[in-house]
Amino acid sequence: MNILSKIVIPLFVVFVVFYGFTKKVNIYDAFLDGAKEGLQISFNIFPNIIAMVFAINIFLDSNFVYEILNVFEGLLMNFGIPLDILPMAILRPISGTATLAIMNDIFINFGPDSYAGRLASVLQGCTDTTIYVLALYFGSIGVKKIRYSLVVGLIADLIGIVVAFILTAMFF
Amino acid sequence: MVSYIWFFLIVVGIVYSFLTGNISVINESILTNGKDALELMLSIFPVIVLWSGIMKIAEEAGMLKKFAKILEPILSKLFPSVPKYNPALGFIASNIAANMMGLGSAATPFGLKAMTELQKINDKKDTASVPMITFLVLNTAGVTIVPTTVLALRIAHGSVNPSEIILPGAIATFCSCIGAVTIDYFIRKRGKN
Repeated sequence: MNILSKIVIPLFVVFVVFYGFTKKVNIYDAFLDGAKEGLQISFNIFPNIIAMVFAINIFLDSNFVYEILNVFEGLLMNFGIPLDILPMAILRPISGTATLAIMNDIFINFGPDSYAGRLASVLQGCTDTTIYVLALYFGSIGVKKIRYSLVVGLIADLIGIVVAFILTAMFF
Repeated sequence: MVSYIWFFLIVVGIVYSFLTGNISVINESILTNGKDALELMLSIFPVIVLWSGIMKIAEEAGMLKKFAKILEPILSKLFPSVPKYNPALGFIASNIAANMMGLGSAATPFGLKAMTELQKINDKKDTASVPMITFLVLNTAGVTIVPTTVLALRIAHGSVNPSEIILPGAIATFCSCIGAVTIDYFIRKRGKN
């Protein structure tokens, strides 16, 4: 399984480059065009990153979450879930940048190959920012009554989070 | 919505530190966190640029369109009320394809176009239609195979095997996707009766 995860990306890259080449796409120019768009996107999200790291750092450094969550520590320990992961699971549906900042924090404190680090990685990759997506997509076409979409989206997130916990315990 | 969260994080953090006599920690945190933000940015931004480049090749070679064709039979089952050759389905497929590659930012333009097309066949313009909800549920629970930013950050922090999280991540996202589609399906069914 480790080998599989190591070849996914190289395989994907060679496939795209090869496919583009055989379709006579000017692959180098296409790459540069896309990269320029990526640069623009990066510039656009930079203020978001600054804003979220700022707020998350204040929040986490105040120790508020940890002292509140300490109540649940015994329960979490039974399942082998590190306490530091909980703020991430809670904020995941709301803000991708916020959880990215928390994940960064976990990597700094425990390292990416620690159990908490791996769990954070799986969590970040497996669910999306439901509330943000709904606000953006419905907002863009002026829909105001969103009906049952939020509930279903959040249940799906919950399923993803629970499965992420179980799988991380199984894999590592 | 994000404003409320931002407000909550900052106010709770600062007030709580005041009450527990920890305010010097916060002082230091505010003064140094620009560096944290910059480091985080530096580690993810080359990856965004790189993958946007790779995906542009895929797009220009028509890979996304091919992918949309493969997904067509599944999509017509998920969106029975959308006419078969409606452009919305193509945008939805492209959106899902881009999400799978972990390119949320590349997926967004396709998603917004899909919503515009779905709005054209929506009877009540201020209310979410059934295919819109199915699409967004699918989108927010979307299957991610290559979570690019996560990988970038793991590499930046010196992980021994940064891609080891791909497989469990893919399975987890697949489960939440199946869950979302199932729940959505049953709500739709019940709504009809």
